[in-house]
Amino acid sequence: MDADSLLLSLELASGSGQGLSPDRRASLLTSLMLVKRDYRYDRVLFWGRILGLVADYYIAQGLSEDQLAPRKTLYSLNCTEWSLLPPATEEMVAQSSVVKGRFMGDPSYEYEHTELQKVNEGDKVFEEEIVVQIKEETRLVSVIDQIDKAVAIIPRGALFKTPFGPTHVNRTFEGLSLSEAKKLSSYFHFREPVELKNKTLLEKADLDPSLDFMDSLEHDIPKGSWSIQMERGNALVVLRSLLWPGLTFYHAPRTKHYGYIYVGTGEKNMDLPFML
Amino acid sequence: MEDSTSPKQEKENQEKLGEARRSWEGKTAASPQYSEPESSEPLEAKQGPETGRQSRSSRPWSPQSRARTPLGGPAGPETSSPAPLSRREPSSTPSPPAPARQDLAAPPQSHRTTSAIPEAGTPYPDPLEQSSDKRESVPLHTSQSERNTFQQSQQPKPHPCGPRDVSYNNAKQKELRFDVFQEADSNSDCDLQLPAPGGSEGAPSMLETAIQNAKAYLLKTSSKSGFNLYDHLSNMLTKILNERPENAVDIFENISQDVKMAHFSKKFDALHNENEMLPTYEIAEKQKALFLQGHLEGVDQELEDEIAENALPNVMESAFYFEQAGVGLGTDETYRIFLALKQLTDTHPIQRCRFWGKILGLEMNYIVAEVEFREGEDEEEVEEEDVAEERDNGESEADEDEEDELPKSFYKAPQAIPKEESRTGANKYVYFVCNEPGRPWVKLPPVIPAQIVIARKIKKFFTGRLDAPVISYPPFPGNESNYLRAQIARISAGTHVSPLGFYQFGEEEGEEEEEVEGGQNSFEENPDFEGIQVIDLVESLSNWVHHVQHILSQGRCNWFNSIQKNEEEEEEGEEEDEEKEEPDYIEQEVGPPLLTPISEDLEIQNIPPWTTRLSSNLIPQYAIAVLQSNLWPGACAFSNGKKFENFYIGWGHKYSPDNYTPPVPPPVYQEYPSGPEITEMDDPSVEEEQAFRAAQEAVLLAAENEESEEDEDEEDDYD
Repeated sequence: MDADSLLLSLELASGSGQGLSPDRRASLLTSLMLVKRDYRYDRVLFWGRILGLVADYYIAQGLSEDQLAPRKTLYSLNCTEWSLLPPATEEMVAQSSVVKGRFMGDPSYEYEHTELQKVNEGDKVFEEEIVVQIKEETRLVSVIDQIDKAVAIIPRGALFKTPFGPTHVNRTFEGLSLSEAKKLSSYFHFREPVELKNKTLLEKADLDPSLDFMDSLEHDIPKGSWSIQMERGNALVVLRSLLWPGLTFYHAPRTKHYGYIYVGTGEKNMDLPFML
Repeated sequence: MEDSTSPKQEKENQEKLGEARRSWEGKTAASPQYSEPESSEPLEAKQGPETGRQSRSSRPWSPQSRARTPLGGPAGPETSSPAPLSRREPSSTPSPPAPARQDLAAPPQSHRTTSAIPEAGTPYPDPLEQSSDKRESVPLHTSQSERNTFQQSQQPKPHPCGPRDVSYNNAKQKELRFDVFQEADSNSDCDLQLPAPGGSEGAPSMLETAIQNAKAYLLKTSSKSGFNLYDHLSNMLTKILNERPENAVDIFENISQDVKMAHFSKKFDALHNENEMLPTYEIAEKQKALFLQGHLEGVDQELEDEIAENALPNVMESAFYFEQAGVGLGTDETYRIFLALKQLTDTHPIQRCRFWGKILGLEMNYIVAEVEFREGEDEEEVEEEDVAEERDNGESEADEDEEDELPKSFYKAPQAIPKEESRTGANKYVYFVCNEPGRPWVKLPPVIPAQIVIARKIKKFFTGRLDAPVISYPPFPGNESNYLRAQIARISAGTHVSPLGFYQFGEEEGEEEEEVEGGQNSFEENPDFEGIQVIDLVESLSNWVHHVQHILSQGRCNWFNSIQKNEEEEEEGEEEDEEKEEPDYIEQEVGPPLLTPISEDLEIQNIPPWTTRLSSNLIPQYAIAVLQSNLWPGACAFSNGKKFENFYIGWGHKYSPDNYTPPVPPPVYQEYPSGPEITEMDDPSVEEEQAFRAAQEAVLLAAENEESEEDEDEEDDYD
């Protein structure tokens, strides 16, 4: 959610129950302003909160002019001092995929994972148990990256692509209409498109290249991993991800207000196929 | 158009004259006239006004000459520009010929010439002049716009001066401005017309033709959509001038799209209701009813009654504390839930009521209220358990009647463990749910131990509809309302905690012999509770205790010994099954007694079961202690030392670090005694069959031989 409209956004996303306490809210309002100035971001998003056992991580992201460029992620333990996180690499993601369980809450905590590795010594080949240490910071980075790639969404029409390449916020976005808001196809993943090129030519003919340049939610696997609900009558549409429980996306149809926030333990729901 | 505009033009002209004099210092009305003749190609009527304005400019001549050249440009595309166009009808279609503008873009002065080429509002020529024109024209524009029908082009646009690039947009804008100018100029039309004859006839006519051609081209209706470019551009420019977005040129394409789409938007229809918004209005009506429920007859008396017996909890106060912990539904929503709870207490005889929490579902969510009825006011539910037993007996009797008896299965369904009585154990409280505050509350049925046992083995999302079936393995006995009730029971048993000492056991401590029944299960508030320091509550988990009974693996809180019942039932009439496959003695399951501190809770793979926090590190003296469960994510409890409250908001599932694996179906049950009647036998092989036949034949032969011998004997006898 945009840091500029933080209070309204929190109010709209409160249907999921997890929000922020007043003192966190107040400190966020001020500190995000300072972050925007110091790092010279175009837009600062409050990404959400990852619950740890000892402490919670508050995550914010900064965007530059091009909305689809890689975002900078910052974390804080007290909503006042923010530290930049390194960008996620594939290696990091692979490394932290072996770690399971809750986050500790201490960025310097190290998870230990024993692995069997083959060691060649001369003619002999034997396996050795190696204990790999994985820092919680690495895990945090990879989880945020995974969540972003999997479930960060925006409504159709909110961004548009210019012929020169960069993606801009669409200032004439008036919000989705009610009938569009109930369909999954009106929401896109907020990331570089992956499946777009797999569409048939017929489908592509109907697309508007300036608006439909991202993957829509329709073809997400597993099917049904989004719960779409109207709250307050039809005045608010809320999408909740079932794959990463804790991610809530809200949008008030016919208005410009939309955003997403993640408040959860940072674990993927691998049992989803059993639960549907 | 021309006709309509002519009278207007006259009026305008007069006004313009006045304005022109006002606005253009030093420019006499005559100047427009000059410019007009120059701009002898009043290509578009609108252009009229523009040209008028332009004529006011201090350099009517030069621009006009320059304008001419550009006019030549537009002249090309333009086919026959009707004379009326030259009249610069101020009220003609607002969209100045955009395409013409394009051409005009080149000739800066084209707009100057106005009369002929309103569109000429070319960007480049004399930006200064243009700006001055525009500025001056601004006031004129406004007045003009009021008068003129085509407002679009009239809108003053001071901006045009800004973007000096050759963009098409600029050209158009400028043209518009110039149009406005022209109008403001007043008399532009007249003047233009007058001087026209005076000006060069040859060139203007070419220019005029060009302009008219351009305009006609623009007015061509698209074969696909029925729009024409002229109208579209004028609409767009009107919109831009009305709304004045920043950096309009960057979003120009979007504006164009929006204008096209707006053409299809529904107009406001006072007769028909809009279908899409109906649910919003419905829910708003229902919630309005919530707010109005207080206004009943006899308000005063009821008010006293209400204040006297306060079954309703102070939801807003708890919500305030939970907000400090970062958990909550938002103030407005909580207030609506508060009112809905009030409605619940008003309609049912309720002793105590509590807002239990919210369970999220796929299509809709559940708001759950925990309720305790007044003594003797419970509604009894129909006993369904006995029916099943009777049916079994009936079936066994029917089997006996058959002559050819089928093998009897000695499968005996395991004794169904009866549910606990109301107000005890897992059914201590009654739960009501609703989907949204304002909708009617629905009572959930009491929970059966079998449901709890199976609920422990499955993990399913709630859909939000109480009658939805729960399809799972092991099959869940019931539908979603039963599953929901079972989960609520589990969550309550696992996560409802209170500070140590808040509750104490009843005064009658007890008969030890009754421990078998389940230990102490009654507690009451401790009047002497003095509160615990918040810091202590946070630091040590032993300061919190469970105040809801633990559910045994049997599915009940109080142990039920099914063996005793079995013996009784045997006498009732199932004589045939003498073999008992159950052990003679089942160990009694014991759970932690009531009011055990939560420090005794089991860890989940090295993760502590509870996380404690202080709500605020910045102002610790007023902070409250917050407990969050790691076993049931979403369960939260707070206490400020004296007060406490529990809350749940989440999906309704337990946390497990391992992935869920559905239980494997059990091996096939040996239902029937294996005997020759039902055991499958192999068909005899060929050798066996032959041997058998041979043996049979041998027997036969022997028999025949004997007979034949006997016959022979008999025959012999006869002889």
